[in-house]
Amino acid sequence: MSITTVSPPRRTEEPATPAARRPGALRRKITDNLTAYGFLCAALVVFALFSWYPIVRGVLLSFQQVNFVSSALFGIAWRNTLLFTGLALIVGFAVPFAVALVLNELRHLKGYFRVVVYLPVMLPPVVVAILWKWFYDPGPGLFNSILRTVGLPPLSWLNSADTSMLSLVLVATWASMGSATLIYLAALQTIPGELYEAAELDGANLWQRLRHVTIPQTRFVLLIMMLLQIVATMQVFTEPYVMTGGGPEDSTVTVLLLLYRYAFTYNDFGTASAMSLLLFIALGAFSALYLRLTRTKG
Amino acid sequence: MNAPTLRRRSLGLLLVTGLGLTAAACGESTDDDAGAGGKVAITVNGQPPKTQPFERKIFDADVAEFESTHKNIDIQPREGFMDPKTFSTKLAGGQLEDVFYVYLTDPANLIGRKQAADITDYVKDVPHYDELQPALKEIFTRDGKVYGLPTANYSMGLLYNRALFTEAGLDPDSPPSTWEEVREAAKKITALGNNKIGFAEYSKNNQGGWHYTSWLYSVGGNVAKQDGDKWVADFNNAKGKEVAQHLHDMRWTDNTMGEKQLLVIEDVQRMMGAGQLGMYIAAPDNVPALVNQFKGDYANYGLAPMPGGNGTLIGGEGYMLNPKATPEKIKAGLQWISWKYLNPDRMESDLKRYADEKQPIGLPSAPPNAAADIWTGSLREQQTTLKTKYATVPVENYQSFVDGLADLDKKIEPPNAQQVYAALDNVMQGVLTNKDANIDQLLADAETKVNAALAQVK
Repeated sequence: MSITTVSPPRRTEEPATPAARRPGALRRKITDNLTAYGFLCAALVVFALFSWYPIVRGVLLSFQQVNFVSSALFGIAWRNTLLFTGLALIVGFAVPFAVALVLNELRHLKGYFRVVVYLPVMLPPVVVAILWKWFYDPGPGLFNSILRTVGLPPLSWLNSADTSMLSLVLVATWASMGSATLIYLAALQTIPGELYEAAELDGANLWQRLRHVTIPQTRFVLLIMMLLQIVATMQVFTEPYVMTGGGPEDSTVTVLLLLYRYAFTYNDFGTASAMSLLLFIALGAFSALYLRLTRTKG
Repeated sequence: MNAPTLRRRSLGLLLVTGLGLTAAACGESTDDDAGAGGKVAITVNGQPPKTQPFERKIFDADVAEFESTHKNIDIQPREGFMDPKTFSTKLAGGQLEDVFYVYLTDPANLIGRKQAADITDYVKDVPHYDELQPALKEIFTRDGKVYGLPTANYSMGLLYNRALFTEAGLDPDSPPSTWEEVREAAKKITALGNNKIGFAEYSKNNQGGWHYTSWLYSVGGNVAKQDGDKWVADFNNAKGKEVAQHLHDMRWTDNTMGEKQLLVIEDVQRMMGAGQLGMYIAAPDNVPALVNQFKGDYANYGLAPMPGGNGTLIGGEGYMLNPKATPEKIKAGLQWISWKYLNPDRMESDLKRYADEKQPIGLPSAPPNAAADIWTGSLREQQTTLKTKYATVPVENYQSFVDGLADLDKKIEPPNAQQVYAALDNVMQGVLTNKDANIDQLLADAETKVNAALAQVK
């Protein structure tokens, strides 16, 4: 089916001089689009009331209270958030890419494995967190049962300040890797097969083909995904909120969790707004970089 | 554009604008001071949700009865209790109820922020105000001015599993009265095997700090003290260390607290309800929760006073009035509170209707309102007699708690309690999750944070 656009018939009136034409044209423009402006107004009012006004109020509130920066927990929360982001980049970036490489090489049951990899994305985040809490149970939990079965000592997982953050990263990675894997898989499938054939003829081994063909060919997608992942992981909240409450000993207090505590436990919206503004600035920088990169590519 | 088209479009614009204005108007309160017939209309919260049909039926019946005896007052009930997430917004938006529910941790902050009405001039008309427990009234008082009324109270104690006590060779009628005895009992219960845990403790979501405070009070310690006009931390000392060390030893030396930590109240109740846990610190309202939510049996649970013998943490609830309420609304609101929650004349009928419906009567706390541990003197004696008369649960299982309570120093929660508890969570988490915990360092770190939280107290 094709869509044909028809130009509106040109008006036949003589063009007026610019000075005489402007008021009439403006009036006509307004009356022509009156209903559209009406509906637009409704949308604007709703957005202004429920989205823009709270943002402006949030920014104003954030300048009413500044004593939190000296708080020890503020620094700890940022350190933990950056640690989570760093670990999520190492684990959560490499694992989906590796899984995508494996899926791309599969000759059988491709669809099945793609569904299996994507399934966790469909689980609600809180369900994932509660499920993994059972996996991590230091007594009869799944992981420690496996460790005991193979003769290894059990780990404390969430119950130790040394392993709690990594445990949360594993949960977040498992829960979200499905989407990333599919995107990597799509990128991998755009690489022309001739490049691999040429590399093989040149005697390139598996690692060399990965390094000199696969990664350069997917580097733009990798970069974009990395930026998106940074933006997403810096807003980590559900996992520490449900699984550790920020503990043990503040080892999993993240910026968003601390912000939540200020806003909804201590009822201190000034501090919470100021913290969210700082997070907004940090995330804004990464988002700007993302936009710049995508625009350049476009 | 022709005239009909313009009219249609103008109509469209009017319609959209009208819808917008209607939507905006929906958010505005239409309440007036005086309702129909010169009545004073007041909004009150505390109405139980429809998911609690029995409690809601009782509340609605009380509203109807009150209105029939107070013809000039129109009660407009609202669901919900204290929700810090919405409180300030509701107040600023004119949506806060005239009479609103608070936990005993709330009044200090609300008074400091001028978010509650000064009722000093009206409280003299509240019957039996002088017979309320002074410690509870003090929570709603600042600089001699009164800002609210307490309506219920709980005291922390030791909740224990009588069946497991018997199985472990312990006497369920003689529960531990010192922390050393708790430790020994926990060892015997854990020795039963089959994943039995002697003692459990919270350590997450500020609940660890709350219980650490209870422990401190029980050994005669404090979380905070007043230093002139300021509040400062008061737990980085021998008492604070004694508590932390005791918990650490139970967890790591005796191994009687289980491997899984970072527990919250639901985790511990689940363990107790499943018959896997010997003891934990709790308020009496945990007993019906164990029975109703975790399929426990009243016969299996006993309550003892806080071990340590020095003090116990008290908490509870009360009502305050909207700072924007008119004098008429304040007077009407106080009549409602005193009639429904502080009314010795309704004590027997209140207990009877709960007993008739096979609700738990005989626990040392509310509900019902008539069982609230808020009275002193003759009213307290009257209440005890009536509770025994209408008891539907084994009162003898809680007798040691009731007997021991009189000797304990009852202490309220520290100011800025939630921030203080958040800092103290770390002490609990440190000793319960780290075998090599440096207790001195944990207490010093927590002291810094608690002092920062207390510095914000107005």
